[in-house]
Amino acid sequence: MNDVAICLFASTGFDKAAQGLAGAGRRFADELGGQLRAVVIGAGADTLALKVARLCDTVIVADQAELAEYQPETCLSALARLCADLSPRAVLLAGDTYSQEIAPRLAYRLGGSAVGDCLEVQVEGDALRVSRQVYGGKAQAVIELKRMPAVVWLRARSFAPAPARAEVGEVTRAALDIQADTRTRVVERKREEKGEARLEEARVIVSGGRGIGGPEPFETELQPLADLLGAQMAASRAACDAGWVPPTWQVGQTGKKVTPDLYLAIAITGASQHMAGISEAKTISAINTDPDAPIFKHCQFGIVEDYRKVVPLLREKLAALQK
Amino acid sequence: MNILVCLKQILDPEIPARDFRVDTARREAERGSANLVTSIFCENALETALQLRERAGSAKITVLSYGQPSSEDSLRKALAMKADAAALIVNDGNANPDPLTVARVLAAAIRKLGTFDLIMVGREAGDWGAGQTGGLIAEELGMPCVSFVDRIESEGGQLRLKRQTDTGWEVLEAEPPIVVTVTNDEHNLPRIPKVRDVMMSYRQPLTKWTLDDLGIEANEARAGNTYYQVAELFIPQKETRCEFVTGDTLDQKVESFAKRIVEVTSAL
Repeated sequence: MNDVAICLFASTGFDKAAQGLAGAGRRFADELGGQLRAVVIGAGADTLALKVARLCDTVIVADQAELAEYQPETCLSALARLCADLSPRAVLLAGDTYSQEIAPRLAYRLGGSAVGDCLEVQVEGDALRVSRQVYGGKAQAVIELKRMPAVVWLRARSFAPAPARAEVGEVTRAALDIQADTRTRVVERKREEKGEARLEEARVIVSGGRGIGGPEPFETELQPLADLLGAQMAASRAACDAGWVPPTWQVGQTGKKVTPDLYLAIAITGASQHMAGISEAKTISAINTDPDAPIFKHCQFGIVEDYRKVVPLLREKLAALQK
Repeated sequence: MNILVCLKQILDPEIPARDFRVDTARREAERGSANLVTSIFCENALETALQLRERAGSAKITVLSYGQPSSEDSLRKALAMKADAAALIVNDGNANPDPLTVARVLAAAIRKLGTFDLIMVGREAGDWGAGQTGGLIAEELGMPCVSFVDRIESEGGQLRLKRQTDTGWEVLEAEPPIVVTVTNDEHNLPRIPKVRDVMMSYRQPLTKWTLDDLGIEANEARAGNTYYQVAELFIPQKETRCEFVTGDTLDQKVESFAKRIVEVTSAL
């Protein structure tokens, strides 16, 4: 009853989020004195399970044909049954689209409580407490979960991975008789071509805001700068809402939560909802015309100038310095 | 087609951080001088519903809110945006109901209002941002749920949902009834109602129910949260001193800015 279960989707592979999830699960299970169990779901789950088994006590592979591709209803019922069998104290998930979609429903079916976008999990006596940002990042709350199991989706990239252990966990295939639930069916999947690599995995991010003024400078000014730095491109909600860049580029409370080593914010004011997405960035820097822009309160260094003047010159300087 | 859209009234999230205060004892934000507004994703959901009705030719859109009496303003605004009917469940006790309480109250109201093909909610509220109402309503009503939808088409009794994912987007086909949570994109920015429609909206009927009217046990939604409770609420103190690069000329400033960037990135 003190075990911790983690749920992973094979489609995302063993990325930074999956590693953070396993790391958080390991530490949490150790603290509770329980076992760490993993459920890996989808086509290719057996390959991922081999990596996960280095960190977990047991791994269940659920890769039946009905679960090969993520389908919300079918996947949810399979996970609910597998987690119920494990009867863990807590179920942890990464913060990806699919996890967010099913976590509250999973908690409901297990008779537990869910909470999301968690930055820290603490055990206090019998209670489980979870820290998360609220009010668009302006405040932080500690939520006490009342029912068991606790179903928690993490801001997984904020959690450190765990070192591999000497023992390798036992991998078993789920014995499940699954009926595909076809009330909803994913019929088309499309990866955004721009910004192919995952923003959450990026080490350097060049991000543009409303002050960029239109879609063109993202391509002609910011992209070449990002290329020089080996950076991923991102944007504020204002720039995405304006349709200048794809919605997948959005960073903030309602977009991606990113954890790069350097976040370069260009013509971004720094509304708290945006800052909520970069609070775990190591270094934040900004280019902005307004010295009082809130973004500078979070920057280690910055420059007060029009980005139109700075960026072309900055590219020259960086190119020269990199030689 | 019968569409229901849930709306939550919240403290205006656009108020600057310097004006934002919390009452750490009551574990709530202080109202201060902030306006009350409809949470943005709820309005994106309503806008998506309005556009679906325009394309489908006919549909009835009902808006529903569970909140303080002031939530009537959010519902009136929705009527001004041309929702067809509105219902308010007055919250008379539990200042910050947990997600399961909210979902149970809304589900009870939905059952009482009739049958719906499509139930829409925002992906998360702009205050507590739990992101659970849609999924939990679906469970209460035994319906499927799709999250992060930004466009809906109706095709011969089926729904076609486009939704955002971490890496792009997906299209799902769905049989009604279904619950969807809505996210924003450039096509569902909420329309601004005409002044005349805003005035007219105050003459339109609006159903008001108490929890008793829904047959909800007083203790269930009023007294305590049995799903989770807020143990602490505070404003984290995190001030970084920004070092502004200096120089007599733009060239010098950008030069030292570039050096700082190289320092940070070459350590990677």
